[in-house]
Amino acid sequence: MPTITYAGTEVTVNDEGFFADPGQWREEMAPLIARQEGIGELSERHWQVIKFMRHEYAAKGTGPTVRVLGKTSGVSVKELYQLFPKGPAKAAAKIAGIPKPRGCI
Amino acid sequence: VRKRIVVLGGGTGGTLVANRLRGLFDRDAAEITVIDPDDRHVYQPGLLFVPFGRATPAALARSRSRQFRPGVTFRQAAVDRVDVGRDEVWLADGTPVAYDVLVIATGARLVPEETEGLTGPGWNEKVFTFYTRDGAAALERALSGFTGGRLAVAVLDLPIKCPVAPLEFCFLADSYFRKRGIRDKVELTYVTPLDGAFTKPVASRELGGLLADKGVSLVTEFNTGEVDGAGGRLVSFDGREVGFDLAVVIPLHSGQEYVNRSPGLGDELGFVPADQQTLQAKVKPNVFVIGDAADIPASKAGSVAHFEGEVVARNITRYLAGEPPDASFDGHANCFIESGSGKALLIDFNYDTEPLPGRFPGRAGLPLLRQSRLNHLGKLAFGWLYWHVLLPGREIPAVHSQMPAAGKHLPSAGSRSPSGKGR
Repeated sequence: MPTITYAGTEVTVNDEGFFADPGQWREEMAPLIARQEGIGELSERHWQVIKFMRHEYAAKGTGPTVRVLGKTSGVSVKELYQLFPKGPAKAAAKIAGIPKPRGCI
Repeated sequence: VRKRIVVLGGGTGGTLVANRLRGLFDRDAAEITVIDPDDRHVYQPGLLFVPFGRATPAALARSRSRQFRPGVTFRQAAVDRVDVGRDEVWLADGTPVAYDVLVIATGARLVPEETEGLTGPGWNEKVFTFYTRDGAAALERALSGFTGGRLAVAVLDLPIKCPVAPLEFCFLADSYFRKRGIRDKVELTYVTPLDGAFTKPVASRELGGLLADKGVSLVTEFNTGEVDGAGGRLVSFDGREVGFDLAVVIPLHSGQEYVNRSPGLGDELGFVPADQQTLQAKVKPNVFVIGDAADIPASKAGSVAHFEGEVVARNITRYLAGEPPDASFDGHANCFIESGSGKALLIDFNYDTEPLPGRFPGRAGLPLLRQSRLNHLGKLAFGWLYWHVLLPGREIPAVHSQMPAAGKHLPSAGSRSPSGKGR
């Protein structure tokens, strides 16, 4: 798998740029990943979602879908799309250093 | 001591597992009770045909209580909540029902009110769903009066019951308008939150190609945030729009409300997390889940409930004998896909193997992932099998719980999709 360097640390990612090992993630990497996703500045609301993503991943082994995020993160789906215009579940997972959410069939 | 097995829900999964269990336990070894708020069992695969005038809503429903083997008790009651700590179901009228083993088989519920605008102006006038009998009947009336314009078929989000049904609707709509001689006046569009026509790559390519062949435009990665019935627009959360004169939507799905009132039982959407192999609920070992109610990475489809039935029944007998569960569900699903003009495709897959070409159940069987007249006849025959073989908990000859590999064009082992990866 490819590697990429954030904040001086080399991390392993998949073909789409999602972290292979969430343990390699550190907070100072988030703004750098966000910039690649087209998000200039991470606000407090962004951080609320990013921390929620990491918490959910630690508890359940997969990141939540957008619908579940809207129900449980304290941020509505509408606002989630304003924060992460390219798609909240994927972008927030990438910035939070967790694997791509599995979603469902 | 007679064991008390309580099954919540008398639909496909609840009925077939209750009947299987009745065959496995003597009457003095276990009492089996099925609880459901109504006595109307709907053959849901038939709903697809109602909008095109090829099935009537009345013909799709039968009595639930008449589908059970003798010795299964049917109790018509609504459930308020489950107290998993005390092994009790509380009915809406305040009566407790104690159990030794509980089976959750209450399926999925449509929640159109969760999408902005969907149940507002235009609902059941310009915007329809065929996932209910009333909705399918209303759509039949609207389609018969439709003389041309933009028809959008939209999946709002996953999970949904029978993920191929909205595609089948497109294929059948193409045939329907052709037959009426107005196909050139109808613009058909399929709108999906996925990045292709279907969840799995090989089938997605095949079904996407079929949409193109039939002149159906495909709009992908469209997460519908609002349905504007009056204005005739689907609006995505990222601000894109699809205009329509008539929209057929698959509303969001949730589990039943009692699940949310039962501490520890369900997830955020009201589905019940379970071990994807044993089908034992994560909350407690004496609770099992079958069918659409389960939060597992398998399709929400009747065939899945059928294949799960054998596993759930065996693991319940083992649990009551004080043994660990040993039966294992592989995620097997099997779906006929109507493609119009009297033809259909068949797909067969599980957690590890995506739908592939070949034949089912073996090398001399029905063609997989390819249109054929035979598959269409198979789909029609399935209605009879459903009431007479599947619900009574009998085996369909040559069709087993585990997905057959023989007959499939399997790629080399390394390129299979990894276990549990849904999308």
